[in-house]
Amino acid sequence: MSESRIEVTGVYRTYTDVNGGEVTALQEVSLSINKGEFISIIGPSGCGKTTLLRLMAGLDTPELGTLSLDGAEIHSPSPERGYVFQQSSLFPWLTVERNIAAGLKARGVFRQNKDEIQKYIDMVGLCGFERSYPHQISGGMAQRAAIARSLINHPAVLLLDEPMGALDSFTRADLQDKLLELWKTDGTTMILVTHDVDEAIYLSDRLVIMTPRPGKISEIITIKLGRPRNRGSQDFLSLRKQVLETLNLASAVPEQEYSL
Amino acid sequence: MKFIISTVMTLSGFLLAEIVSVIVPTKSPGVDDRAYRVILAGLFILYLGMAAYAAFKPERREKFNKRAPFRLAMGLALMVWDLLGTKFLILPMPFFPGPSQITWVFVDERGLLFGHILFSLRLYFFGFTSGVILGVGTGVLIGWFARANYWIMPILKMTGVIPAVAWMPFALTVFPSSLIAGCFLVSMCGWFPIGFQTARGIANTPKVYFEVAETIGGKEWYQLFHIALPNALPSIFTGVATANGLAFTTLVMTEMMGARGGLGYYINWAKAWSSYYKVYAAIIIMAVLFSLIMKLIAFIQGRALIWQRGLVNERVSN
Repeated sequence: MSESRIEVTGVYRTYTDVNGGEVTALQEVSLSINKGEFISIIGPSGCGKTTLLRLMAGLDTPELGTLSLDGAEIHSPSPERGYVFQQSSLFPWLTVERNIAAGLKARGVFRQNKDEIQKYIDMVGLCGFERSYPHQISGGMAQRAAIARSLINHPAVLLLDEPMGALDSFTRADLQDKLLELWKTDGTTMILVTHDVDEAIYLSDRLVIMTPRPGKISEIITIKLGRPRNRGSQDFLSLRKQVLETLNLASAVPEQEYSL
Repeated sequence: MKFIISTVMTLSGFLLAEIVSVIVPTKSPGVDDRAYRVILAGLFILYLGMAAYAAFKPERREKFNKRAPFRLAMGLALMVWDLLGTKFLILPMPFFPGPSQITWVFVDERGLLFGHILFSLRLYFFGFTSGVILGVGTGVLIGWFARANYWIMPILKMTGVIPAVAWMPFALTVFPSSLIAGCFLVSMCGWFPIGFQTARGIANTPKVYFEVAETIGGKEWYQLFHIALPNALPSIFTGVATANGLAFTTLVMTEMMGARGGLGYYINWAKAWSSYYKVYAAIIIMAVLFSLIMKLIAFIQGRALIWQRGLVNERVSN
């Protein structure tokens, strides 16, 4: 069928917490993501979903196991793997336009690809805000600009770390549709970390459910609903119930560990 | 109505001072008060023009009204000073001359003063520019390279607290000319605060910006010049402001003690001849000159940090 794009095999990652104890953020995580797929990684906080995404980006390295993109092992960050951060990460000293152009400038290919800047500004719907500074635009617009800054480098995958976490529900729905639109036109593989079940079901082809302490994958659900999806449909709601149950079940166990 | 009162208030002070200057007979011998009268007339015309400019816009009128009592006080103060210092010679001479004696210096010694102003400006420009370059350079080194930080930071910390003028004996012996020695001392004022603030600004760069830079393909030079340095810019300007105050002090002290020209030198020379009115004239020139330099730096800062506008808490005076 479709070829695999990102391959995660037997990854372990541990941290030392404030008290000096060891926390296993990821335990034997294996995952294979297909080309052009939209994947959501969902789970309660502390389940290691952001850690997994950072490993895929190369911003962090695993203690054990390997990660690869198209067969090449991931060692360090690369514009091939775009990353959109949880909070707005636009450079405050650059205008929206220059922030998006930063993707080209950083690689030293600004001159050759200048014309693409306006294309991406239009694509994320920021026309008319080219000369605004990040603090002058809304959170949703800032995240769209951040997405454009990554996409202008034509990444093989776009890694999204709860990009809609800090947005209100209207802006969030708007950005979700924008993301789907970009995914359809560009065909970029999308990997989204979220804690919003509706968002995950609405957007993804497959849903990776993770459980905390130690962080590992508990279930992968393939979503067979046709697109565009209706958040109120019966199938959507029953899927939502199923996912929530899995998540509740998953978080029930460590709750006991916590009680003193 | 309020605007008319304000205009009258503004203008009457200077008008009174002018009338006093013209009609009250003077006791000081050989005083030329033409320059003083021209300046008063100039102030009168200037504020008349400002009133005319403000007359047709409510917000401009508001702004004009605000300063009216101060302008009245300024005019009256000049008048009283003129009476005490020049007209009746009540203030002890030669330490407290009147406004006529002081302002006449601007005319009488204009060529000499102009030369000294240029001398001071040259010293300031070369000294301070090299101080900024040295400071930013050092700051980048210690803020970015751990090895440079290890070797240079202690030196900066130890030498930075020494007032620049303390190096004066050393500077005067080592450097071939007093100009270069002065430049060295002024640039030393910039080196420490600017170097320190640059390093601090670089060190305080949020980690996420570096991570973004890495994921969009930025190598080390990109991270330094496009992330760390722009992020340090507000901090650098804090250093520049601190350094600037120190630089003015050092500039004047250097000129008073070592140089062969400049406003500091002029003050010292005038004092030796007990020409205190010239000392005051030089002080007034310094006030204007240094204010203009501060304005220029503020302008450059405003342009460079335009992205901060509305982001930081701005206190607007007047």
